[in-house]
Amino acid sequence: MPDFALELCGLSRYFQLKKGLFKPATVLKAVNNVSLRIPPGQTLGLVGESGCGKSTLAKMILGLLPPSEGDVLINDKAIDLSDRLALARQIQPIFQDPYSSLNPRKTIEQIIRLPLQLHGVGDAASQRRAVKDISDLVGLPERLLRQYPGQLSGGQRQRVAIARALILKPAILVCDEPTSALDVSVQAQILNLLLDLKQELGLTYLFISHNLGVVEHLVDKVAVMYRGQIVEQGDRDAIFHHAQHPYTQALLSSVLTPEPGLGLPELPDSSQWAQAS
Amino acid sequence: MSQPAVSLSPATSLLPVVPEWRRMLNRVLGHHGLTLGAAVLGLIVLAALFAPWLAPHDPYAQDVSQRMIPPIWHDKGTWDHVLGTDKLGRDYLSRLLYGARISLTIGLVAALISGLIGTTLGVLAGYFGGRVDAVISYIITTRLALPVILVALAMASLVGGSLQVVIILLGLLLWDRFAVVARSTTQQLRDAEFIASAKVLGASTPYILVRELLPNILSSLIVVVTLEMAHAILLEATLSFLGLGVQPPLPSWGLMVAEGKAYMFFQPWVIAVPGIALMILVLAINLVGDGLRDMNAPEGRN
Repeated sequence: MPDFALELCGLSRYFQLKKGLFKPATVLKAVNNVSLRIPPGQTLGLVGESGCGKSTLAKMILGLLPPSEGDVLINDKAIDLSDRLALARQIQPIFQDPYSSLNPRKTIEQIIRLPLQLHGVGDAASQRRAVKDISDLVGLPERLLRQYPGQLSGGQRQRVAIARALILKPAILVCDEPTSALDVSVQAQILNLLLDLKQELGLTYLFISHNLGVVEHLVDKVAVMYRGQIVEQGDRDAIFHHAQHPYTQALLSSVLTPEPGLGLPELPDSSQWAQAS
Repeated sequence: MSQPAVSLSPATSLLPVVPEWRRMLNRVLGHHGLTLGAAVLGLIVLAALFAPWLAPHDPYAQDVSQRMIPPIWHDKGTWDHVLGTDKLGRDYLSRLLYGARISLTIGLVAALISGLIGTTLGVLAGYFGGRVDAVISYIITTRLALPVILVALAMASLVGGSLQVVIILLGLLLWDRFAVVARSTTQQLRDAEFIASAKVLGASTPYILVRELLPNILSSLIVVVTLEMAHAILLEATLSFLGLGVQPPLPSWGLMVAEGKAYMFFQPWVIAVPGIALMILVLAINLVGDGLRDMNAPEGRN
């Protein structure tokens, strides 16, 4: 058993921004020297505001974007971008928008079956059986398999995306804001499903979100990202109750609660932490 | 505003389940332009397919004693030659029927060739972007700067006009709209998460382009196919009229207009009959194209 299912070592990604023909290009450090470790079977919540580099980080972990510096290690081995099929069997994504993550011209069965076909797993009959089994697992009624994504609700679509991600039996799931496009009642269903699957299959999650309420429900550890850097990380309870960094404190106090009469949360002055980075 | 606050919806299980094809059919039939265009186009296609059985005479048989007989609605018309005969005594209806084959063949094959070229270029430019896009966009701009008729005329006069030459020329010249449409629709879909998820699953780039992306842009391309078909048919008629397209004695509609132009003042039907046939065919194809575009528009669904 390796020590860490997923390990990031000094991962960075820079973008060159050209301002004009003769002006020198400036460098945007979208992700700057990020190091994270997730032991097998655990969930790390990565939180931060929009545009802080969470999704860029997810793309690098999934091999969609080569890092400028640093390494992604899965089971203590650096990932090999030239062998996509091997990578796909280890790590799979669940994307934010279940409306754009499913090909609108394919049936649900074709979508869930595609990974098996690409990887040449089993014959047609066993593939169909596997699709049915995984649909049961994620709570997708069998009658939906012949439908197209356009005929499904957001929650059902996200279940399809989860089934597609799990059918190759990867050990790690990268969930990039998997509930932010869903309405609140469906969010809870999907989160509970992810929690059940984690216990049943022993999955390791990297759970990316801007919603601390969602993260608290699900994760073992939390890392807080701000302007491309990890400003604070630790166990869930430590972060939620004894946050050290002013940005983390601000993030925690900005959580909207459904309690009536409280009004909007008061935010501290952002100059406290903005200078730090 | 005096509606009841709660309206009970009938139990969905009691409603008859309307199958998908039935709903699609209802939508098509509800669109009058598409229905009319498809019906007329269907008739013309059938007439072209069954021309050997439908034509009352051999379209190439000359009979000088029967020349310039007017159509049936004239006083001197006969039922033997419903649409009359031309200056060589060939039956006009038979030539019209066989001419439909030429127009449809040219329209379809030229649109397919140009569709293949334009879609390939457009998808590559839209998907890869950057330098690939710059080079292909330059090729598209260059093509757009060429005057199609002049280039086609010049090439046809160099090579010599014939059916095959016209088809290949038009196929090589009419791909610009395919490229532009394929490029912009691909750009919209390039960053969609289903493409990213296929990449993460390890799908190869050709697989992603052909199996994931192409089915999603096909509906816009089918509209372009109809437009370019009509375009190609009109260009063939133009080239044939100018004597550099399909060569006699083949019964191309453009050629029939050209052969009749000397008689247009005293026997106007000689050019009116093929001219109207051409107009109806192009109109029908355009109606079908417009209708298909409406069918694809998401706001029209359900």
